[in-house]
Amino acid sequence: MADAPSQRGARPERPLSPHIQIYKPLINMVMSILHRITGAALYIGTLLLVWWLIAAATSPQYFDYVSSWFQTLIGQLIMIGYTWALLHHMLGGLRHFLWDTGRGFDLATIDKLSWATIVLSLAGTVAIWLAVAAKGMF
Amino acid sequence: MSMRTPLKSARNLGSAKEGADHFWKQRVTGVANVFLGLFLVWLIASLIGADHATVKAKLANPLIALSLLALVVSGTIHMRLGMQTIIEDYVQGEFGKVVALMLNTFFAAAIALASIFAVLKISFGA
Ligand code: HEM
Repeated sequence: MADAPSQRGARPERPLSPHIQIYKPLINMVMSILHRITGAALYIGTLLLVWWLIAAATSPQYFDYVSSWFQTLIGQLIMIGYTWALLHHMLGGLRHFLWDTGRGFDLATIDKLSWATIVLSLAGTVAIWLAVAAKGMF
Repeated sequence: MSMRTPLKSARNLGSAKEGADHFWKQRVTGVANVFLGLFLVWLIASLIGADHATVKAKLANPLIALSLLALVVSGTIHMRLGMQTIIEDYVQGEFGKVVALMLNTFFAAAIALASIFAVLKISFGA
């Protein structure tokens, strides 16, 4: 078909899109997938919230048993991770709301907001858990 | 051979007949989750290491119980819609997709019902 007189259906020499594996990750791509990953993590993590609420509604013995799980190192890491996922997803959501108004689409702003999301979510998580630790509850 | 035009059979079938409903509910619950999510962080942080009586008394407070119920309702609607998007993106076959979407609904409903039951049980003094 390439030598058909009309050239219809011929493929002009356009640059090809790079394959995902050789694509240098850009901050906005990373934030996009993190929004999805944190959303999914929050989804699974609701099981822990339910477990805790059920425990509180059951008996002092069962509540103590569940609490002891949350007080293990793994339990604490999960809670810190959940805090970060929530903050990150929340800030990512705020970015979506801004985009929904048609604003914030130029590349410089997108990059800035991406970095703000990661920095503020990490800073917020550290601040919250330092406050918890400072009150001696940790 | 059908006498209908292709347009006729396609009309009204777009976006699962929901229009912008999914998008809009995801946004409304997202906005609610900002406030309710910050409330949850505060609640958990203030109750870490607390004993059962303290936790129960706090959760029985009407304002806290109502906020928790709001969080559960908004959160489970939001997470069900969000997971629906993920499933639609990644699950290929029609059968697998329907099963996954159904399990998603069951999961969100189970989380919602169990949480609401626990909060009400504590509130109404069990
Ligand atoms: C804290 C405040 C929250 C805000 C502002 C928020 C906002 C959003 C927004 C705007 C979207 C849509 C993104 C898009 O259209 O691509 C979304 C997706 C999602 N959210 Fe949330 N959300 C919040 C909390 C939560 C919570 C608590 C959960 C789970 C329990 C959750 C689970 C999800 C999931 C699974 C998705 C789908 C992700 C995707 O399609 O990639 N979100 N969120």
